[in-house]
Parts: sequence; structure tokens; C-alpha cells
Amino acid sequence: MSNLINLSFKNAKSENRPALLTFTVAGDNTKKKSLEILKSISNSADICELGFPHNTPIGDGGQIQTSSYRAIKNGITMSGVFEIIKKFKNSNLSKPVILMGYYNMIYQYGENKFIQRSKNSGVDGVIVVDLPWPENKPFAKKCKKKKISFIQLISPTTSLKRAKKIIKDSHDMVYYISMLSTTGGKLKVSTKKIMKNYRKIKKIDPKKNYVIGFGITEKTISGLKNADGLVVGSAICKKITESINRGQNPVINASNMVKKLKTKLI
Amino acid sequence: MKIKKKLSLIDQHDKNGFWGGKFGGSFVPETLKKPIEDLTLVFEKLRKNKNFIKKRDHYFKNYIGSPTSFVKLDNLTDHLNGAQIWTKIVSEANGGAHKIYNATVHALICKSMGKKYIIGDTGAGYAGKMLSMAAKKFGLKCKIFMGAKDIKRQKPNCDAMRKNGAEIIPVYTGSQTLIDAVSECMRYWVSNCDTTHMCVGSTVGPNIFVKICGWSTSQISRELKQQLCEQFGEIPKKMKLYNCVGGGSSSFGFWNEFIKYDKKQIELIGVEAGGPYRSNKHAAPLTNNCKIGILHGAMQYVVQNKDGQIEETESISAGLDYSGVSPLHCYLKDSKRARYVSASDEEALNAYKLVTKFENINPSLEPCHAFAIACKEAKKLSRDTIIIVNSCGDAIKDRDIIKDRLGKRYV
Repeated sequence: MSNLINLSFKNAKSENRPALLTFTVAGDNTKKKSLEILKSISNSADICELGFPHNTPIGDGGQIQTSSYRAIKNGITMSGVFEIIKKFKNSNLSKPVILMGYYNMIYQYGENKFIQRSKNSGVDGVIVVDLPWPENKPFAKKCKKKKISFIQLISPTTSLKRAKKIIKDSHDMVYYISMLSTTGGKLKVSTKKIMKNYRKIKKIDPKKNYVIGFGITEKTISGLKNADGLVVGSAICKKITESINRGQNPVINASNMVKKLKTKLI
Repeated sequence: MKIKKKLSLIDQHDKNGFWGGKFGGSFVPETLKKPIEDLTLVFEKLRKNKNFIKKRDHYFKNYIGSPTSFVKLDNLTDHLNGAQIWTKIVSEANGGAHKIYNATVHALICKSMGKKYIIGDTGAGYAGKMLSMAAKKFGLKCKIFMGAKDIKRQKPNCDAMRKNGAEIIPVYTGSQTLIDAVSECMRYWVSNCDTTHMCVGSTVGPNIFVKICGWSTSQISRELKQQLCEQFGEIPKKMKLYNCVGGGSSSFGFWNEFIKYDKKQIELIGVEAGGPYRSNKHAAPLTNNCKIGILHGAMQYVVQNKDGQIEETESISAGLDYSGVSPLHCYLKDSKRARYVSASDEEALNAYKLVTKFENINPSLEPCHAFAIACKEAKKLSRDTIIIVNSCGDAIKDRDIIKDRLGKRYV
């Protein structure tokens, strides 16, 4: 599939670096602000993941929870999430956007309606945290039909046998979870060990693009440079929270952080 | 949707873990797939293992104190002048509630898996207290996740947990009640599933946890069936089983053996928490025909808004204050085998007053919800109907609330 996500990986590879993926929460801390944040960090990020917040997120650590609760409190809805993406895409058509969240939100919106609206808004990929293989097969198929990548996760607890099946049913990008943790945990394994596990997964089908996420910060990102892509989420959410608490501008602080992350990859 | 008579309800799910094709399942992050698969294999093996069953029965008898008594409430029956009212005093079980069955089984499973750490969630504090007891008994390190609001209102159970050596982790997110405690406990498991076993405190969560809990609390109806035969020489012709429903573990256990009977002979009535009078934040997803959604890894009726955000509930009973409900109960509702109604905080308090005025029992506010409806309906029924209420918890933990709401003379 030739699409914006693949293109971003290709571009990064041509510059001899991993793609940089960011994750922020739609509506954090307001709809308008989160759009501004998205726009400004996209200057340095290759792919932007945008979370549609849910209030019982069983896979997220404290930082993303804080951002999610704040966004929900400030009134973000699914419709609002799509509006943010549409506006973002109007200003930056070539930047791939991946929507990420929990299945209940999609289920209530209606799978078909969700995919259609994603398509109309310019969404390039979807990650559903609590819809693992093989239960996700019907939904993944529907996404593929509309040329939206369905991105699956692989964890250190995933057996090689299972990983093969997941990868076989994957579109062009696979998300490797660095360690046993919710998002934003302290990296409790060495980057060397993570890369060793990563290579095992990558070997299954080297043509696909594999990104590493969970627990990646300014401190740890350089050690993982040999991956196809790296996701930073909680660290950015934390920066946004700190900025708000200190009365600083979260847009500037977040985008400065992403700029700095990018320099560590070159 | 039809319930099979020969197979236990916990086993009537399809290969993806759904009861009735739509309730339950395992909606979990990829990291938990493997530990859940492992636990499923272990549990299916253990439940067929004679030695394990022997061990379970040994602890149920000698540690929990099975069977709990089954008694007639003569004074209450005379006062209401309708159906006969009986109760099974499950709160006699070690620790003061039915939660000990699930906790003991989980501790035994944890041991047999060679794990040294066990974690659990708690609302009223019973599940936590019992897990801390079982952990102590079997030499396991224990962490209990509990909403900060619940820690405040269920102090006696918190004291017990700490005394048993468990660490209480206060949860400050969301509504700071059971729902957030379950989420936080699951998150902790995601990060520590290699060394730690998780016990879900009710018949909720991913499929396997629903099964283990239902399998454990079913001891209640096994005992009751035998006690009924001893008392009446047979299973009575007209019987009604009332039980409060939060997550649904005590009611499922109280009913399991009787689900296969015709509902004209044995009616099953689940009483949900209606919350304060005139409040709209009920913890009663079945009574109020809530939409189906996914909560804590399972498809179920759940209190939520249009977008799919889980909504807060409000109940005087921490043990019933939960936005979702067991997939088993969703299935029992849709197949019309059980009937679900709700009782308000005030009705539960009045039932507490009434029951303790006439009888020498001390049911906690959770079963008082069931007593409220049972007493109301008993009046309209004839004396040959046998009403049985599961008195599944003891009111010691509710001391402060009862004192505050009903006055000193009630404690």
C-alpha cells in the first residue's frame, strides 16, 4: 500500500534516521489548543498520533490519563476529535495522522460510521488499544477497504507464534511495546535489550515498518535509533500538563520538546 | 437467546468468550493476552483436578466455615403476613461476606502458578479484606486498589486489610470509587503480569475472571440446595431468590444451581442500587435498560453517555456502586431467566431498620437492597411461597453510615 504513513518511513530512512511519531490527546486542554499543538509539533514529527480520550483507559499510565480526563472535562466529543483532524489536514495535507483510543468509543459511534468519518476527515491509520488479534479481524478488514491502516500492537509477552499471525494480518505498520508497562512508565529494561527483542519481531517480515513506543523520553530515545520509528507520547503529555500548571504556553513548550527529540535522532 | 440446562452458565460462552453471542469477551491490551491465556489454561486444568477440588473444599469448610446457615425469619414473616421469608446468612463466612470464596480460590490459583504477588480491586472493601486474608493465609504479598472515596467511607475494612499486611493503593482518578480501582488494578497488572497474579473482585472483567469468580461463589447455591432438601425434603414448588447486584458475584453464586429450574418454580430477582431518592446517577444498568458497551475488558450493559464515556454512579452501598454489571447477569436478563429491579438508598435503610427490628441478623446495606424488595413483594404473596434473601454481607463495615443516617440507636 502506498500511502502517507509509508511515505513518512521512506523519507526518514532516506535521511538515515527513524521516523518520529508523537502522541497527543485530542481536546487537551481544549479543542482549539490541541489543534494548535498538533500543528506546531507536526513541523518536527513525521507522523502524528492523536488520542480520542476515554475515561476508563486500562492501558494508559498517569500522564495520558491526566491529559484524557482534562480533555473530557473540557468537553471533547468524538465529533470534536474529527473536526480537529479535518482542520489539521486542511493546513497540512501531507502529514499522516493516526487515531488512537479504546474500542467502546468506536462501538458507540458505530464501526462503519467511525471509519467513514475517519476517511472524510483524512485519518491515515487507526490503533485500538483494547481490540487485540484475532477479535480485531473484522474491524481491520473494514479499515483496509477504506484504505485506512489498522495498526496492531505487539508486546514483550506476545509469543513468536502469535506475533507471526498478528504481523501477517497487519497492514504496513506494527507497533512494538517496549516493556511490560502502561504508557509512560519508566523504562525498566535497557534500550539494548529492547532492540534485541525488536529485531526478532522485525525479522518476521522485514518489509513492514515497526515502531517502538511506551516509556520513550528525551533521555532514552537515542538508544533506540535503529528502529523504523519511535513514538513519544506520555513525555509530551507531561510537558503539556506542566506548562498549564505553570501558566506557560503548552504549544511552544510541546513543540520545542519535539524539535529537541528530533535532533537526537539525526 | 436460550440458556442450556445441562451446562453451568459460566461455560455457556462461545469460543471468543461471549455469553449469548454478545456479553463478555476479552477486550484487553495485547500485553494481557498471554497472561490471560495462561490463567485460562491453569484454571481449566485445576477445576478438573481432584486434588485441587479436595483442597478447595477443605479450605471452604475449615477456613471459610461452610456451610453458612439457612434460617427462617419468623418474626418478619409474621409481621409482613405474606410469603415465608428465609435467609441464607452468607455473612457468617470467615471475614463477613461472600467475597472470601473468590479470594480463596484466587490465592490457591496464584500459589499453583508459582506467583508470589497477588493484587485485587475493592469497592466496599470486602473483596480487598478477603484477598488480604487469603494472601496472609497462603503466604502471598498483597496489594489492594481502592478508590479514595471508598477508603473514607469503609474504614473498618481498610483497617482489617492493613492488619493483614496488605498495602492499600488509593486511587484518585475519576470518581475515586470501584470503577477506578478496577481500572488501576488492571493497569498495574499490565505492568507486572510476569510476577503478579490478579484477582478481579466480582464476576466482571475479561471472560476468565468472570468464570473463576462465578465458579467460586457457586458454593453458596450448592449449600443452599442441600439445605433446602434437608429442610423441605425437596426443592420447594414456589420459590423466589432475592439478591443484590453490583458486579453480580454473590447473586450469581446464590443462583447458579437453580438457573436450570423453570422460572415459574424458582424466580430469580436481582436488586440493583437505585441510589439516593431523586438522584439520576443510578448504579442500575440492568433495571434502567442501559446501552451495551465495553467496560474493564467485557461487553455488558453499562451506564455511559452517548459518546461512550463511562458515567459515574451514586449509591449508599460502596459494594453496589459500579457502572457496569457481570456479563452473566446481562445474559440472564436478555434470556429473561432473571428479573432485575432497583431499590433506593432510602429503601435499603428502611429495610435495615425493619429487618433488625424483628430479627437478630445484621445485613450490610448491600443485601438490605434485596431485603427492601423482598419485603415489599412478600406482602402480596401467599404463605406457601418461599422467599430467600442472600444476606451476603455484615453491617459492621457500615457502622458509620448507619449511625449517620439512622442515628446512634441503630449501631
